[in-house]
Amino acid sequence: MNKREFLTDAVLFFPAAGLLEALALEAQGKELSADTATGYDPTLHWYGMGIDVDKCIGCNRCVEACKAENDVPDEPYYFRTWIERYTVRRDGKTTVECISTKPGPAKQAEPEDPSVVRTFFVPKLCNQCAHPPCVQVCPVGATFQTKDGVVLVNEKTCIGCRYCIQACPYGARYLNPRTRTADKCTFCYHRVTKGLQPACVEVCPTEARIFGDLNKLSDRLVRFQRANDISVLKPDLNTDPKVRYAQLDGEVR
Amino acid sequence: MKLPEQVVRLGTVILALLVIVLSLRFFILPASFFSAQPHQAEKVVREMAKPPHYAGAASCRECHAEQFTAQSAGYHRNIACENCHGPSAQHAAGDKSAVPRVQKDREFCLACHAYNRSRPNGFPQVDPQEHNTRKQCIRCHDAHDPVPPETPKDCGGCHGRIARTKALSAHALLPCADCHKVDEQHMLHPRSALPTKPDSRESCGRCHAASATGPDVSKATVDLASHGGKYVCWECHYAHLPEGPK
Repeated sequence: MNKREFLTDAVLFFPAAGLLEALALEAQGKELSADTATGYDPTLHWYGMGIDVDKCIGCNRCVEACKAENDVPDEPYYFRTWIERYTVRRDGKTTVECISTKPGPAKQAEPEDPSVVRTFFVPKLCNQCAHPPCVQVCPVGATFQTKDGVVLVNEKTCIGCRYCIQACPYGARYLNPRTRTADKCTFCYHRVTKGLQPACVEVCPTEARIFGDLNKLSDRLVRFQRANDISVLKPDLNTDPKVRYAQLDGEVR
Repeated sequence: MKLPEQVVRLGTVILALLVIVLSLRFFILPASFFSAQPHQAEKVVREMAKPPHYAGAASCRECHAEQFTAQSAGYHRNIACENCHGPSAQHAAGDKSAVPRVQKDREFCLACHAYNRSRPNGFPQVDPQEHNTRKQCIRCHDAHDPVPPETPKDCGGCHGRIARTKALSAHALLPCADCHKVDEQHMLHPRSALPTKPDSRESCGRCHAASATGPDVSKATVDLASHGGKYVCWECHYAHLPEGPK
């Protein structure tokens, strides 16, 4: 190959490859958005979750189920959902600990502590914000909101810059050590689009978690919102979380 | 001044490349080439195609109806089969080699039932160090239909939140049985006999009707004929915490 041939080939290669890929992706994109194969129409749904704090017994079953369902690394510091234990004391001080890092019952019964005013468990997960800060900051568009309101991470285009992990006000993201990309709760997107409940909701023994569609008027979640005092975490950030808490203590953040 | 020929050639090549690249960027490649949307649509499809590991309680029912019936009447009725037996989608799909786990050790039950101060009031808990230490729970308790050692003595044992709410309301002194008929069976198997709710306006009317007589007549009285139309009182008023006098 001489210089002339090389230059001609090189110059022709780029538009050819670019055009082919663009056309292929565009065709694929059109096909995918129509999504006729599964008969699932994402525009009809707007998913959310309700959490009744009064019902959570802190058994960590949801955390285990989430890890099993979504192949979250086993180490007890990678979570898509986790449970925090709040202890409010008489002097106004509040301690928070993540009980999911040490699952199983405590070996020693705790001594009674008269300084404790109230104590309770709060399940946490990605709030699937309607206005997600993580999506705003992603420099490559790898994290995005689906039409049914679930925030997903595309592990094929994520560059692992961790900006979204910093931006999430709820600490709901982690860097998956296997893929080296950001990872988070997907509301079990593969389950809910098939009509199943998310794994954590499926196994919750006390029905502390309720999954539903905020678009539907007659939905368990909508009824749950009507029947309870609902609050969200950090409402002042205007992220409009779709995880709605009932009976949430003012100390929780 | 004439430019040396090699500079002209190099300049031409650079200019050509520049024109090609810029036209590529702005005219030849479609805008969608620079958009993340096709990648995102592809991710959605990939995400939807993931196989679930948890089959869901409904699919267990098809074969294990007996356990399902036993469980759905008892205190463990809200617990999905796969909570204890583990993710079983493979088993549900007919793979005989995938046998769901059976939890026999104490630690498993204690994850929920060991005493923990942070658990909600009324949730059944034991002190693991006092309650039949080293004995398996399933030796005495049937996990599909666990029965508490004694019947709850008052409604607040299970309906704590309602009891606490009512205690602060104008109805604090009314016993639950004034409005709800509670079968003894409800205390043993809650779902098998549900308590009743007042089905007529006259039930509240005993104290709240304008025509009511007797010692218990409320200050908040209404004319039953004109107030509220066809609705039963509790469809608008929450009887456990009625609105105060206005």
